[in-house]
Amino acid sequence: MISQNWHLVLGALLFMIGVVGLMVRRNPLVMFMCVELMLNAVNVTLVAFGNELDDIGGQTAVFFVLVVAAAEVVVGLAIVVAVKRRLPDATADDVSVLRG
Amino acid sequence: MFIAAALIILSGAMGVIVARNPVHSALFLVQTLFGVAALFVLQEAHFLAAVQVIVYAGAIVILFLFVIMLLGVDKVEDLNVEPIAGQRPLAVVIGAAGIGLMLTVLVIATDVISGAHSSTGPLGESDIDEIAKSIFGDYVFAFQLTGVLLTIAVVGAVVLARRAATDPEPIPESAYDELVAAQIAARESTLTAEGGDGTAQDGEETTDDGEDSADDGEAET
Repeated sequence: MISQNWHLVLGALLFMIGVVGLMVRRNPLVMFMCVELMLNAVNVTLVAFGNELDDIGGQTAVFFVLVVAAAEVVVGLAIVVAVKRRLPDATADDVSVLRG
Repeated sequence: MFIAAALIILSGAMGVIVARNPVHSALFLVQTLFGVAALFVLQEAHFLAAVQVIVYAGAIVILFLFVIMLLGVDKVEDLNVEPIAGQRPLAVVIGAAGIGLMLTVLVIATDVISGAHSSTGPLGESDIDEIAKSIFGDYVFAFQLTGVLLTIAVVGAVVLARRAATDPEPIPESAYDELVAAQIAARESTLTAEGGDGTAQDGEETTDDGEDSADDGEAET
């Protein structure tokens, strides 16, 4: 059995990859994917902790994170569609003024 | 097994942020999500592994791909353009610093994982039973709130993505710079106008003029 520490290391690496991607990429869709990476890193960590402490709460929290991630993606992609309809070639830098 | 899953996850994650084509990024994301699902299976979280595959790989990534195809943005992003000078090295430095910080904390930590163990003893054979008891027992209020949240998300998505009859026309990319410049000029003139209703009105008029000139630029191009 692999030590739970390695799960935490994996979660940390995955989270920071997501952070770097969010800062580097300019395509809003890819930025959303990086947010998903960060959420998954947290999920890995939560399950590892829950397993180590014999507590089902970790897995319950992951369940709620999944629901919130789904809602977030739905609303975020709707915003992307609305922005792209007005500015078809926009990247994240082109919508910095919060005005149509 | 853990090492294999970790390699799948990390290579997929690197692929997401390195791939130039958004479609490739989405497919690498699927790889990462399947790796995480495998990790869940290794940790006896079978229900979460199934939900991970169904909800994430089955619904969320499909939604991503659908939007990519709908908008026709599946073109290669030029990663050589760096809009903010020094952004990319800074991001890598911050990422390395964050990883270093977390690993340092992990190494310094004396115990593996601290915290009180559950009083009910080790988790039973069936994680589904345990999760059901937890969600519909301790967290039933939060569970109902997620129902409200999903309803709000659906309504919000419909409102946001609906094509209204009065929707403005798309603006070609060549007119972006003029539009932004006009908006900035309008904002500055509004800011420099000093108090009073009359000057505020002037500011509003300047804003309208700015938008008109942007529209003119669009017509010319």
